Amino acid sequence: MTSLVEDHTPQTLEHMANHVRLSIIDMLIEAGSGHTAGPLGMTDIFTALYFHILKHNPQDPAWEDRDRVVLSNGHICPVLYATMAHSGYFPVDELKTLRKFGSRLQGHPHREFLPAMETSSGPLGSGLSQSLGMAIAERLNNGRSSSKFFYCFLGDGELQEGQNWEAIMLAGKEKLHNLIAIVDRNYIQIDGYTEDVLPMNPMDKKWEAFNWHVQEIDGHNFDAIIEAFGNAQAVGDKPSVIIANTIPGKGVPEFERLPEWHGKPPKSDEEKKAAHTALRTLDKKIMNENND
Amino acid sequence: MINSKQNLNKEMFSDDVEQVPIRQGFGEGLLEAGKADENVVGLCADLTDSTKMNFFRDEFPERFIEIGVAEQNLASVASGMAAMGKIPFITSYAMFSPGRNWEQIRTTICYNNVPVKIAGSHAGVSVGPDGGTHQAIEDIAITRVIPRMVVISPCDAIEARKATIACAKTPDPTYVRLAREKTPIITSEETPFEIGKAAVFYEPESGDAEVGIIATGALLHRALRVAKELEEKGVRIKVLNCATIKPLDSAAVIALARETKHIVTVEEHQVVGGLGSAVAEVLAENFPVPIAFVGVRDVFGQSGTPDELIVHYGLDEAAIKKAVKKVLQS
Repeated sequence: MTSLVEDHTPQTLEHMANHVRLSIIDMLIEAGSGHTAGPLGMTDIFTALYFHILKHNPQDPAWEDRDRVVLSNGHICPVLYATMAHSGYFPVDELKTLRKFGSRLQGHPHREFLPAMETSSGPLGSGLSQSLGMAIAERLNNGRSSSKFFYCFLGDGELQEGQNWEAIMLAGKEKLHNLIAIVDRNYIQIDGYTEDVLPMNPMDKKWEAFNWHVQEIDGHNFDAIIEAFGNAQAVGDKPSVIIANTIPGKGVPEFERLPEWHGKPPKSDEEKKAAHTALRTLDKKIMNENND
Repeated sequence: MINSKQNLNKEMFSDDVEQVPIRQGFGEGLLEAGKADENVVGLCADLTDSTKMNFFRDEFPERFIEIGVAEQNLASVASGMAAMGKIPFITSYAMFSPGRNWEQIRTTICYNNVPVKIAGSHAGVSVGPDGGTHQAIEDIAITRVIPRMVVISPCDAIEARKATIACAKTPDPTYVRLAREKTPIITSEETPFEIGKAAVFYEPESGDAEVGIIATGALLHRALRVAKELEEKGVRIKVLNCATIKPLDSAAVIALARETKHIVTVEEHQVVGGLGSAVAEVLAENFPVPIAFVGVRDVFGQSGTPDELIVHYGLDEAAIKKAVKKVLQS
């Protein structure tokens, strides 16, 4: 059994991803603040993970044999919350409480409010360390017979934090085969394009030099995403990173690839309309294609 | 007189009192904690021998993780291991952990609420010749300000061993402050130890005291010597060993203030934010009395012998006596 969530095919994943994107837009509009570009850009990978790859049980979030997901770039939590809600961890309606007083959906993830998450995050750069700590503990507990995978999501701008490289070094040394990092390579950060702010390329060569298995994929191609996760799981002697080239703001043409959408929600009527129109049009298109 | 109920070292005032580094007690305690619970793991940032984690490493090599010179990773890897049921102890010099990695400790350990135990060695100016960069005199302040963090500052190697064993059994993020130099043995195996409890180590033979000294760490020994010397001159002093700085034993602190009406605090740490501040916070709200603070006065350390530095920064017996005199005049 790979998952206790209803499994999806690449075709149905695309449809589910569109629902997740609509939820992200709605929760951000309701919240009035938060990050838009990263969550929309990572929606396809989160959807593929939660509805096809991950071993988890939303009805029993503390299930000991589950895979672990660590969101290091906590600011893209709208995509985590929306994917978890659609997976059945909590009612989709609750997404509207994002960032509100008393909500389980804190502005940045706090696992005390939502214990189904593995960690709290927000300050960048420490998630990979925590994931590898989990993987080392698992090796102590269950040795090579462990079937758990430890997935860590990172932003590309986040990799400017030095602590990541401390963790990348140690994971390479420890040959943690069950540790899988996913980098959201969307080339934007708050102050502009990553290669202007602090160049990150060649991203793949950097990870390779630290003894990681490296794949670079189109983060919006479900076949490629599923294949990459499979390849990463099959690597037996080193940690694995999937550098996912994504389009920030993906799904809403008016938002795509623009750094200014990193840290704000749709606010004006025009922006809200643009988001809804684009995603609803896409939804109809997917429905029609699936019915053909 | 020494409080006989505490079973303290009867030789503590002799010239050839046994002296052991406080960090040694930590190393022995960690080894014992490791034997008692297989979930105890040790992580170190390239200072395994200096922090005395080598006892644990040699006994349990598979449960020891060498992190390298990477204190931020040290804290967060430990957080991840704790999330999987381990009880990680992390060690470095206090200046680097919790100094360098404060935000990781706040977010990934305390905010996450996982039982990581942070042992910071070489705290205080008595590190000596290494100089000011390596002398952590802000560590109590930056740890006790974090919600949930327990802060323990043992007075000798025996108390450090007990504190280490005790904190391995609690679910709380904990900071244990250690010192490099050999310091006098004050307690004994039979001295009670409980996290969160302060204990009177010295008291007048009969009747109430007129000054209460609250001390933490190795300077407690100097406070005890002052109490003995002044007792012979007719000044009635009670000395409270405050090993746990957070949660502070408020009841013991308030009772001491109520009895003596004059408090002196003693610590090898900045006056800002340390034990003295913690005591002042409790007394200001509950039983305000004059307080004199013995501690470092908003300056950095420097190279020198431990004794030279203790005198220079006003942490020695003369400074404690001066504080007693000052508080009695207020």
